[in-house]
Amino acid sequence: MIAVALSDYWVQTAIKTGVVLAVIPTAALILGYVFLLKMMSHMQSRLGPMEAGPHGLLQLVADGLKFIQKEDLFPDRADRFVFAAAPLVVLCSTFLLYVVVPAGPTLIVEDLSTGVFYALAVSSISVLGVLMAGWASANKYSLMGGLRAAGQLIAYELPMVLAVVGVVIQAGTLSLQGIVTSQANGEIFGIGLIGNPFILTQFVGFAIFLMATQAELTQPPFDMPVAESEIVGGYQVEYTGFRFLIFFIGEFGTAFVFAGIAATLFLGGWYVPGLDLDGGFLSNLIGPGVLFAKIMLVAFLIFWVRFTYPRLREDQLQTFAWKYLIPISLLNILATAVLKVVL
Amino acid sequence: MNTLTERQKLAYIAGQAAEARINVELETEGMTLNIGPQHPATHGTLRVVAKLDGEQVVSANPVMGYMHRGYEKLTEVRTYPQVTTLVNRIDWLGSFANEVPFILAAEQLMEVEAPPRAQWIRTILFELSRIANVALFLGDMGVQLGAITPVFYAFRDREYVLNLIESATGGRFHPNFDRIGGIKDDLPKGWIEETRGVMVKVRRFCDELEELILGNPIFAARTRGVGVIPGETALHYGLSGANLRASGVDWDLRRDGASPLAWNQVDWKVWTHPDGDSFARYWVRLQETREASYIVEKLLDGLPSGPIMAKVPRIIKVPQGEAWVSTENPLGEMGYYVVSKGDLGPFRVKIRSASFNNISIVPWVLKGVYVPDIITILASLYFILGDIDR
Amino acid sequence: MVGTPEVDHARQHLIDVLRAELGAGLIDTYLKPGLDVWARVSPDAWCRAAEVCRDKLHMRYFCFLSAVDWLPSPFGKSEDGVSRTGDEVRALTAANLAEGLDHGYCGGDTRFQLIARLHSVTTHLGIHLKMDVSDSDLTAPSWIRAFAGANWHEREVHEMFGIVFTGHPNMANLYLPGDFVGHPLRKDFPLLAREVKPWPGLVDVEPMPGEPAGEEDGEVSGEEA
Repeated sequence: MIAVALSDYWVQTAIKTGVVLAVIPTAALILGYVFLLKMMSHMQSRLGPMEAGPHGLLQLVADGLKFIQKEDLFPDRADRFVFAAAPLVVLCSTFLLYVVVPAGPTLIVEDLSTGVFYALAVSSISVLGVLMAGWASANKYSLMGGLRAAGQLIAYELPMVLAVVGVVIQAGTLSLQGIVTSQANGEIFGIGLIGNPFILTQFVGFAIFLMATQAELTQPPFDMPVAESEIVGGYQVEYTGFRFLIFFIGEFGTAFVFAGIAATLFLGGWYVPGLDLDGGFLSNLIGPGVLFAKIMLVAFLIFWVRFTYPRLREDQLQTFAWKYLIPISLLNILATAVLKVVL
Repeated sequence: MNTLTERQKLAYIAGQAAEARINVELETEGMTLNIGPQHPATHGTLRVVAKLDGEQVVSANPVMGYMHRGYEKLTEVRTYPQVTTLVNRIDWLGSFANEVPFILAAEQLMEVEAPPRAQWIRTILFELSRIANVALFLGDMGVQLGAITPVFYAFRDREYVLNLIESATGGRFHPNFDRIGGIKDDLPKGWIEETRGVMVKVRRFCDELEELILGNPIFAARTRGVGVIPGETALHYGLSGANLRASGVDWDLRRDGASPLAWNQVDWKVWTHPDGDSFARYWVRLQETREASYIVEKLLDGLPSGPIMAKVPRIIKVPQGEAWVSTENPLGEMGYYVVSKGDLGPFRVKIRSASFNNISIVPWVLKGVYVPDIITILASLYFILGDIDR
Repeated sequence: MVGTPEVDHARQHLIDVLRAELGAGLIDTYLKPGLDVWARVSPDAWCRAAEVCRDKLHMRYFCFLSAVDWLPSPFGKSEDGVSRTGDEVRALTAANLAEGLDHGYCGGDTRFQLIARLHSVTTHLGIHLKMDVSDSDLTAPSWIRAFAGANWHEREVHEMFGIVFTGHPNMANLYLPGDFVGHPLRKDFPLLAREVKPWPGLVDVEPMPGEPAGEEDGEVSGEEA
C-alpha cells in the first residue's frame, strides 16, 4: 500500500540517495584501507595495522567508531555554526559528484546531458567548505590553510576543465554516459577492436587531469593547504571526532569519485569490449566491477604519487598551474579541435 | 576579552591592526605566528615566533628553554665518570659521540692516554652514532617537505646501526660506554663481520635516498637557493659541522683537530659544497653518511689488538687545570671546557653544543623568506632540542 | 699528547701578536705546548682582543662565550645531605671570598671571569680569552659587533651569572622564564634537587654482592698511595 501511496519519483529518489550515501563511506573505507593503510605501509617496508580483523581489515571501522565516541569540541572563539557546517559542505560536494558517474548502461543516478560540466562545477563547492573551515576555526594555521586551499583549488579548476574539453570535443557530448558510449564505439585508425579509450588520443589531457585532481584533493605534491609538517593540517587543525571523520570521508570519497570520473573520461568507464551497451542485465552486473577496477587503477596512480613526492611551495604551485598546465591544455584543445575538423 | 563589550573589542582590534601594519603601501596587516613549542617541524620543543606579512616572514625569533635541564649545573655535583650519563642525553640521537670529548678532556687533564685499540673502537662507535644520527635527518627532511616515505627507510636502516651499537655497548640510545682511560668492554664476537654487512646496507640506503630525494625536481625546487648562508656569516655565528661545510668552508675537526682518536690513521674525504643553501646542507650530510660507512670499514680493517683500558685509579681524581676538547659530532663541533680543582668531580663544565650555535643564525636567515621555507630551513639546519637546551 | 714539542712556535706567535696589538691590555698568558693557549685581557681590551684575533690571527670562527664563578661552592658536592639555611650560605660565601679565590690558568682578580674561545679554520689554532668581570657592577662589553654569534651566548651568561653586557640589543632571558629569580650557575645558587634528597652515588663504594665490604676501601687507598 505504501508503494502506491508514494509515487515512483519519491521511491526512486530515496533509493538513489540511499545508494549514494552508502557508497561514499564504503568508497572512503576501501581507498583508505587499500592505499592509505596497506599500500603505503608496504611501500615503506612496514606492515601497517594487522590486529583489527584479518590483515587489519577492520582498522578503519575501529577508527571510525573511535572518532564517533569522541567529544564534540569547538574552539573557544570559533564561529560555531560555520564551524559545524563546513565539513558538511565539503561532503555535500562529494555527494553531488557521485550523481553523474555511470556504473552501467542504466546504473546512473541521473544522466545529465551536461554531466561533465556539472561534475566540475559541483566539485568547486568544496572550496567553500574549506574556506569556511579555515575561517571559522579562529586559528591562524587554519586561516592560512584555508586561504592557500582556496587559491590552489581555483588555480587548478581551470586546467582540469580545459583538460576535459579535449575529451568533450572528441566525444561530441557532455554527458558522461555519452562519453562512455563514444569511447566504446570509437575507432583508432579504423580499428575498432577495443573501442577508443580517450587515454590513447587524449593522453596529455589525462595527465593534466590527474595532476589537477591531485591538486583538488590537496594531496602531495600539491598539499600545501594541509601541509602537516608546516601548518599542521591547515583548515582541519581544529577539527576532532566525527567532524574530522566527515572531512576524512569527504577527502577519500572525493578521491574515489575523481578517479571514477577520470576512468570514465579516459579509460572507457564501465565498458569493456564484449559488454552490451544497451542496458542488458549482464552489463549492469559487470559494469560496476569493471568501473571499480579502473577506479582502483587510477587511484593507485594518485596515491602512489601522494606517498612519494615532497610538496611544492605555494608560489611554485601557482606557477605550475598558470604557466605550464593551462598553456599545455590550451594547446591540447587546439590540436584536438584542428584534428577533429581535418579528420 | 570575553568580558569586553563589542565596542571595546572593535577598538582593541583596530589598535592591534594599526600597530601591526607593516606593509603600508598595500594596507595589509601583519600577523604573529607561533610555530611551536608543539609543532611537528620543531623536533621537540623549539618555538619560533614569526612575524608575518602575508606569507612572508618579517622577523623570526626562536624561543628556547622548554627542555633546559641545567646540565652545566648538574655536572658540578657529580664525579667525572658520572658525567657521561648526563652528557649522553644532550644529543640523544648520537649519544656516544657526546661522551667522547668529555672523556678526552678528563684524560688530557690526567695525562692518561687510552690504548690504541680503545681509541679505534671509540672512533668506530663514534662514526656509527654519526650514521644513526644523520640517517634520521636524511629521512626527516623528506617529511618536513611532504614526502613521507623516506623517513621509514631511514628508520629501517638506522635500526641495523642501533642494533650494532646495542650489541657492542649494551645501550641502544645511551651507551655510556666510554671510560676515562679506555672503554668498558671489548667488541663482542662476530661483531666485526656484522658491521661490515650493515655498512653495505647503509650505503645502499644512501644511494636510495640520492635517487628518491636528491634526484627529485620538487625537492630541488624547494631547497635550492633557500636559506643561503655565506661562509663568512656562518663562521661568525659559529656554525659548525655539515652546516659550515655546506657553505664552502673546508673544516672538519676529525681531520684538522688534534684528536687522539683514529681518524687520522685512515684515508677519507671531507665533503664540502659551495652553495650554502638547504640543498647543499642535505647533500653534504648524505655524502658524509656514506663516507662514515667507509671510515668504519677502513677502521675495522686496521683494528689493532691489545688492551682496551689504560691503568687508571679506581677512584678518579682529576688534577687541577683547565682543558678544552672538541670533536666533530654528527651535529657539528661539540666541546667541553672542563675546569678541575683536583676533586672527584669537575669544578665547572661549559658544554659547547653544536645546535645552539647552529640555530642562533635562525633570526638572520629567516628574514624575508616564505612560511614554507621556515620549515625547509629549520629542517636543513638540523638541530636536536637536547643539544640546544642542554 | 705524544711527541708534544716543548716549544710551540705557532701558538707562541699568537701570544706575540696579541701582545704587540694589545700592549698593556694583555694581562697574562698561558701556553700548553701542542694543546692550547690562554690569554687574559683587561675589560678595556676585551672587544679589541676579539677584533685582533678575527682580523690578524684569522680566527673568524666563534666557538663559545661563557663565564666561570670561581667561588668554591658553599654546598660542596652536596654529598653530606646537610641542608643549609640562607644565612649559613651567605656566611660561607663571605668566608670563601675573604680567603681569596683560587683562579685557573692566567690567574684572576675577581669572582667572575668571562671565557671565550675563538678558532681559526685555516691555521687550525684556537685561543681562549679570559676577562675579569668587576665584582662591583658585573658588566662586560658585548662582542656582538665582532661576532654576531655572541648574541645568544651573552644572553645565556646574563641569565646564568647575572653579568650584563653593555651594547647588547636584547638582554632578555634565553632559557629561563622571564620572571625567574636568581642566577643558576652561580656557585651560591642551591641545586634544589640536592637539597631535597642527597645524592646517593657520589662515590660508588657499595660492596659488590659476594665481596667483603672492606676490600673496596683497601683498593682505593692502595691506588692513592
